[in-house]
Amino acid sequence: MWRRPFPWLIVIAALLFALVPYYTNDVGMRESLLLAAVYIILASNLNLMIGYAGYVNFGNIVFFGLGGYICLYLVTVGHVHVIVASLVAGVAVSAVALLFGAGILRLRGAFFALATIGVNQAVQQLVVNFEPWGGATGIYLSLDSYKPLGGAMQALWWMYLLIVLLTAASMLLSYAIKNSKFGLGLIAIGQNEDAAAVLGVPTARYKALIYSASAFLPAVAGGLYFFKSGIIEPTSAFDLQTSIEAIVMLMLGGSGTILGPAFGAFVYEELRGFLLTTEYLSHFQLVIAGALLLVIVQFAPGGLLGWLHRQWPRSRRWLE
Amino acid sequence: MSTLLEVRGISKRFGGLQAVDRLSLTVDEGEIIGLIGPNGAGKSTVFNLINGVYPPESGRIVFAGTDITGKPPHLVARQGIARAHQIVQPLGGLTVLDNCTVGACFGREDLPLGEAREVAREMVGMIGLGDRLDLPAGSLTTAGKKRLELARALSARPRLLLLDEVLAGLNPTETEQMIDIVRKIRAGGIAILMIEHIMRAIMSLSDRIVVLNLGAKLAEGTPQQVAENPDVIAAYLGDSSLMAAAEIS
Repeated sequence: MWRRPFPWLIVIAALLFALVPYYTNDVGMRESLLLAAVYIILASNLNLMIGYAGYVNFGNIVFFGLGGYICLYLVTVGHVHVIVASLVAGVAVSAVALLFGAGILRLRGAFFALATIGVNQAVQQLVVNFEPWGGATGIYLSLDSYKPLGGAMQALWWMYLLIVLLTAASMLLSYAIKNSKFGLGLIAIGQNEDAAAVLGVPTARYKALIYSASAFLPAVAGGLYFFKSGIIEPTSAFDLQTSIEAIVMLMLGGSGTILGPAFGAFVYEELRGFLLTTEYLSHFQLVIAGALLLVIVQFAPGGLLGWLHRQWPRSRRWLE
Repeated sequence: MSTLLEVRGISKRFGGLQAVDRLSLTVDEGEIIGLIGPNGAGKSTVFNLINGVYPPESGRIVFAGTDITGKPPHLVARQGIARAHQIVQPLGGLTVLDNCTVGACFGREDLPLGEAREVAREMVGMIGLGDRLDLPAGSLTTAGKKRLELARALSARPRLLLLDEVLAGLNPTETEQMIDIVRKIRAGGIAILMIEHIMRAIMSLSDRIVVLNLGAKLAEGTPQQVAENPDVIAAYLGDSSLMAAAEIS
């Protein structure tokens, strides 16, 4: 795995991501990059489903939200360390995804996509009515929760570094899967599921596994992100809009590639930051996202990376 | 020769249509069996029952001593049955080599990725697509895609190959090349069950022929016996190609 240049590029990029704001002590830059990193994690894991296996998961944000809830619950009620709590959340959400996946992955195409929206909305309603998780008001952290990390200021840096670590892990996971037999089977499913089955690909098992695997890192990231925010409530945790934006980022960068989703997420997040802070454009952020998606689907279905690969075929070797 | 595939009384119904009706047949090791019949006789459905796309409603299918009745397609593939589809099913976005690598990875030998790629490369070469290894499968011509179906099925290193009209849509030169390839495959010890409409080809390739009509077996025997069978001639009434083929053989 480490013999090619690609994984080293990832490690170097992650180090830059982590160290530049730290050494310049630029909190503004950190917050902007943190959001970008979270989006990269979401888009890149979504890519495992959409780009590899060819299944559009519209409700992908449910993993992030559930991860956040489980983590914050463990931190507030069980006084578990946030790193342990978020890892437990990741495992738990993956297990739940495996269970859900076995059911809804029998559906195909638009029916599967609709079912994933259903899962997200159902979980949201469940949480709204679930008193141990604070119902509609959610869970708040007290400042005491940050003490094990040396206070709130320190905790913010820790969360940032850990999320950058998860971003790198997402990229390496995409890379490892794509260069494995499992990945080849998934891509075969994405191309033609019936033909893949006749060729011997265990389609049902592979689909359930990738659905579950694509839940793990977003769930851990959700735990860290909401710990950093200090609050989680159902509307923001299971926000369908973020789910859809993750799909836009994925398509923008190039679905099915490894770096594409990361590019797309970064560009989209920076664009969004610019739109939101520009006075007369701030209300048009989603309009522009929608228009962007239309343009990509129509003119560059391979996204930024697909376009680059077509223009310079040699770039495939470096930008996978 | 010992029996490789034994199909005993399988049936399948689609709504009011009895697609396959208590059909039995056997394929011995190293044998080529032709499966012929008029359009809608249920030939492709027989393949779908054998390789697990549909479970049969009655009957048993035993392959190499293992009962595979009702097993899902991926497990049937793992047992050593590979298939080339009538309507080509390339994994269009993947390269020719990757298509065959999928076949080798998930076929009978369950190979790791690296070895699978070597087997795939070998099969692609044998089938005559060696110069198109890195092209996307979707960009091949019809004849190319037919070859790819075959190369991909062979990459699984099967013991039995189900060939569904691999000659359909090919021009005479391509047909000749494909027939040579089929002979080469049999020489390699792989048994073949083939559906074909081109009578000249099936008459010259098959050791035995099974004739289907309305889902049931109408006749079985050597190409000569089948061509002279009055029931078969009645079912094919007006099909001069069969008559002509019978005269030649």
